[in-house]
Amino acid sequence: MHPILAIVFLPLLAAIIGGLTNKAAPAVFTKSITTGALFISAALSWPIFLGFVAGTVEPQVVPVLQWVQSGTLSFDWSLRIDALTAVMLVVINTVSALVHLYSWGYMEEDPDQPRFFAYLSLFTFAMLMLVTADNLVQMFFGWEGVGLASYLLIGFWFKKPSANAAAIKAFVVNRVGDLGFMLGIFGTFLVFGTVSIPEILEAAPAMSGSDITFLGMRLYTMDILCILLFIGAMGKSAQLGLHTWLPDAMEGPTPVSALIHAATMVTAGVFMVCRLSPMFETAPTALMIVTFIGAATCFFAATIGTTQWDIKRVIAYSTCSQLGYMFFAAGVGAYGAAMFHLFTHAFFKALLFLGAGSVIHAMHHEQDMRYYGGLRKKIPITFWAMMAGTLAITGVGVLGFFGFAGFYSKDAILEAAFARGTNMSMFAFWMGAIAALLTSFYSWRLMFLTFWGKPRWIESEHIQHSVHKTPEEAGEDTTGGYHPHESPITMLIPLGVLTLGAIFAGYLFKYPFIDGSSEMVDPNGFWGASIYFNENLIHALHDVPLWVKLTATVVMLLGLFGAWLAYIKDTSIPGKFVEQFSLVHRFVYNKWYFDELYNTIFIKPAFWIGRLFWTRGDIGIIDRFGPNGAAWIVERGVGAAKRVQSGYLTSYALIMLLGLVAAITWILM
Amino acid sequence: MDGFPILSVMLGVPLVAALVCLFVGANGARWTALVATLANLALGVVLWLNYDVGGAQWQFQESQNLFAGFKYALGIDGIALMLIVLSVFLMPICILASWESIQKRVGEYMAAFLFMELLMIGVFAAQDLFLFYIFFEAGLIPMYLIIGIWGGDNRIYASYKFFLYTLFGSVLMLIAMLWMANQSGTTDIPTLMQYDFPVGAQTWLWLAFFASFAVKMPMWPVHTWLPDAHVQAPTAGSVILAGVLLKMGGYGFIRFSLPMFPEASAQFVWLILGLSMAAVIITSLIALVQHDMKKLIAYSSVAHMAIVTAGLFAFNQQGLEGAMVMMLSHGLVSGALFLCVGVIYDRLHTREIDRYGGLSINMPRYAIFFLLFTMASIGLPGTSGFVAEFLSLMGIYEVSSVATFVLTTGIILGAGYMLYLYRRVAFGEQKNADAAAMPDLNMREYIMLTPIAAAVLWMGVYPESFLAPMRQDIAALDARLARAEPAGDAKIEAGPPREKAANYIEYAGDHGEGHESEGEQ
Repeated sequence: MHPILAIVFLPLLAAIIGGLTNKAAPAVFTKSITTGALFISAALSWPIFLGFVAGTVEPQVVPVLQWVQSGTLSFDWSLRIDALTAVMLVVINTVSALVHLYSWGYMEEDPDQPRFFAYLSLFTFAMLMLVTADNLVQMFFGWEGVGLASYLLIGFWFKKPSANAAAIKAFVVNRVGDLGFMLGIFGTFLVFGTVSIPEILEAAPAMSGSDITFLGMRLYTMDILCILLFIGAMGKSAQLGLHTWLPDAMEGPTPVSALIHAATMVTAGVFMVCRLSPMFETAPTALMIVTFIGAATCFFAATIGTTQWDIKRVIAYSTCSQLGYMFFAAGVGAYGAAMFHLFTHAFFKALLFLGAGSVIHAMHHEQDMRYYGGLRKKIPITFWAMMAGTLAITGVGVLGFFGFAGFYSKDAILEAAFARGTNMSMFAFWMGAIAALLTSFYSWRLMFLTFWGKPRWIESEHIQHSVHKTPEEAGEDTTGGYHPHESPITMLIPLGVLTLGAIFAGYLFKYPFIDGSSEMVDPNGFWGASIYFNENLIHALHDVPLWVKLTATVVMLLGLFGAWLAYIKDTSIPGKFVEQFSLVHRFVYNKWYFDELYNTIFIKPAFWIGRLFWTRGDIGIIDRFGPNGAAWIVERGVGAAKRVQSGYLTSYALIMLLGLVAAITWILM
Repeated sequence: MDGFPILSVMLGVPLVAALVCLFVGANGARWTALVATLANLALGVVLWLNYDVGGAQWQFQESQNLFAGFKYALGIDGIALMLIVLSVFLMPICILASWESIQKRVGEYMAAFLFMELLMIGVFAAQDLFLFYIFFEAGLIPMYLIIGIWGGDNRIYASYKFFLYTLFGSVLMLIAMLWMANQSGTTDIPTLMQYDFPVGAQTWLWLAFFASFAVKMPMWPVHTWLPDAHVQAPTAGSVILAGVLLKMGGYGFIRFSLPMFPEASAQFVWLILGLSMAAVIITSLIALVQHDMKKLIAYSSVAHMAIVTAGLFAFNQQGLEGAMVMMLSHGLVSGALFLCVGVIYDRLHTREIDRYGGLSINMPRYAIFFLLFTMASIGLPGTSGFVAEFLSLMGIYEVSSVATFVLTTGIILGAGYMLYLYRRVAFGEQKNADAAAMPDLNMREYIMLTPIAAAVLWMGVYPESFLAPMRQDIAALDARLARAEPAGDAKIEAGPPREKAANYIEYAGDHGEGHESEGEQ
């Protein structure tokens, strides 16, 4: 039996057992089996990944069960293992196992722990099905499965109206993307007669010159197929236009944000584009769109990140922005770099989220950074872990010596965009560079507001609740006498492990991910046939001018300096800035008004039209002139008939006579 | 199984039991009905197991000449088999659902249900045109009674509306049938399915049948009887109405309209697709604004049935199979959703969504079942709803990308109204004390919901069990339709493929030819 079966199905088994026993067994039972299953899966995943790095493992497909067979369309349940899958396996299982462990501490007091852990494991199973898919439909199964788990976990605290709203929003917005994904699958089958990924990838180049009618438009076949599939990716990966659900998804418990909305599920779109990279390479226009959307998202989300006060929302917009990097990397053909950033991002972003969770835990569920401050000494382990995460995301490192995880992956992406050399890729390069500056700014802003400066705790309602004091009563003591406490060991271990990842993941794996092997640029190396490996681009990437290689470091320092200036040196600067540029600030602070826009053009009209169709259409027209109208006519008809049947012999005689005359006339004529 | 008239027995069991029910008192009637429906379920399983997949097209045939060429002829193919299995599967569940909620005239009620079962099986098994007509139309009577006698407050209006609508269509169908029998000289359905009517006549015949089937489905805009009928019907009535009676329309299309009038069907593809598109958008939006749970699910049924009609008229195997799976899946899922409504209706006696809330807290097991069926209704992969939706839409795409695009927006709207419903019922605070005090599922309700849940997952993960018996019949139908098949709108034209990948760049770093990198975009 191939270990992949255990890797994929143990989490499912654990989820089912845990979910069915639910509260019948003590919470520790479900917690143990789900966490245990995930640690086993993680332990089994690493050898596969390292085997691909070392070049000792061959790609293979493990069949499981026939699924659907309808005419010429057929697809099965099967598990594909290649380098691309192996990367995802370690990311998913490692982060998931750590998040399970972390949740022992974080969810300690929640009465619904079994449900929570069962959902987490169910999510992991769906995600694993997604990344091991050998055909588009199984990928879609995983795609929707993670959507379901995300829905359930965002709405985990289902008594909160805001959590419910966020859960539905996440599901429905993703469904908009799924509309594209489904149409993409239909189109792919129509064109290629198969939904098997390897067969599609093989047949794609031959179709690159063909065109097709879609919604009455004449388009290049491959472009429209890839664009449709990419719309699916945009939904899942929260790209510009379909991103609105991700910040709201922060209503879910923080471990969920770390696992689903940072490290794994939201990267599914990037994974999909990389998995189908040989297909996307036959579609230049689609790739331009991918590049544009990625670059635009990475800038747009970063701007919002600089203005938010909720610590989780800052990180959420940061995620959105980092996903943008991955997409434009893929758009310019640097799929290895995109996957590399996905890999490193998983570690440092999960770390940042779990760190934020630890801060929130310490601060009595307060999430507003305005009420933090001075926590460095109070929760030192969390502080150092967050520090490592911040160094990694901002891309701190010295060229040619050592850098934190993000240093290698983000640099590679910027260099690739530059090396690609088209107008669109240069746009992406500059957007990426500006976003890197903003990333550095909002990340350090987060650190400074949280860990430096004077405590501002007593302003927080949560803290007031905890210490039973109002700010007036506390007076000079802005801590209000509150004592933040470091998190329990179950939360600190995952932070520690992820810290290691944030520090070393880039340094250790840069060669296989970017170059394909540790000695040279090798298209047959690590990646094998699992992605499209653009050998010339990688060569060109290494040859970019020095200023390009230093750009990321320079903007990172600028961002750090800016944040230091505004939040340590002179804390009155942000206020002045907001006053000076209030219009811009309001626009950015309100997230470019996307929610308001969608509400006005989609949500409200949908309900309005629904009511209109119901009261005016169904009741006002169809019923009125249909059955009710018929009944009315019958009633009137009966009235007339009643008058005829008066019971008077004379009137009957008269009618008989008239009838007789009519009949005779008829015959004579 | 040779010689054993299993289909007749399946008709006879409910008939006898229905007569018994009239005379044995309330409890006796309940048990009689349960035993009889279980017996029929067992017979249904035997039927399925003995059905020879890949064997003769028509199996278990029985034939008896009665008078004037009118025959008592039964027989099934894979399509009929699956629908019969669906019917006998839902019946015992319906009896259980009525166990406590029906307290007046129990004997008559059970008799009506059993009579209903007889007619349902009869519709799917009939091989004679007029026998089919009798079963098809007689199905109105017990349902009319069930709504009219055991229904809600506004039951009289609902039952009249139901009767008026469905009767309107049948008259035209009967006339068409008479003409067909006259023209072809036979009333044997399998023969008629191979008979080529003149193309000009097909148009009128098709329209006459369409009038009847469109009402039964129901298609927009002749759907307004359905929400009222569902709202007023007792729970079990809704289950059978949504689960089986609606499928008679779809069965009619696949058994009569398509094989008997292929050319006319092709002629009217755009009528069907147009009405289906309108139905998905309009009824989904209407479902979004409902306050009554049953009405909401009823409107969602219209949207789902629109996928069936569109899939049927895709003229290809995926569309036809998808439509069939959609009928089976919708039969299970909407039936289960009505049961879920029934469970809480029995406790609180209201269908107002706002009277509930936070049921996940006091009814966690119920919430799980409800969630599963909600997800199946939305078409989540792994449930039956996905296979159904996916195959149908896949088939329609081969005909028209526009229609597919519009119909697929149903997955967004569907998620919207179902999750909005689920949120208001199961999530949120427990704002109503009486709803918060409701107990979780009891054993009887478990027994009702668990088999449906299992079937929904089975059909989602391994639909082959259900597709295999129908494959050959659908392939035969597909072959018959091939001559009239409308051209797809994709019109792929091959061109010379690109020579290089989109992101190909020249690199000459190692060869000393300069650093000019150039793309193709």
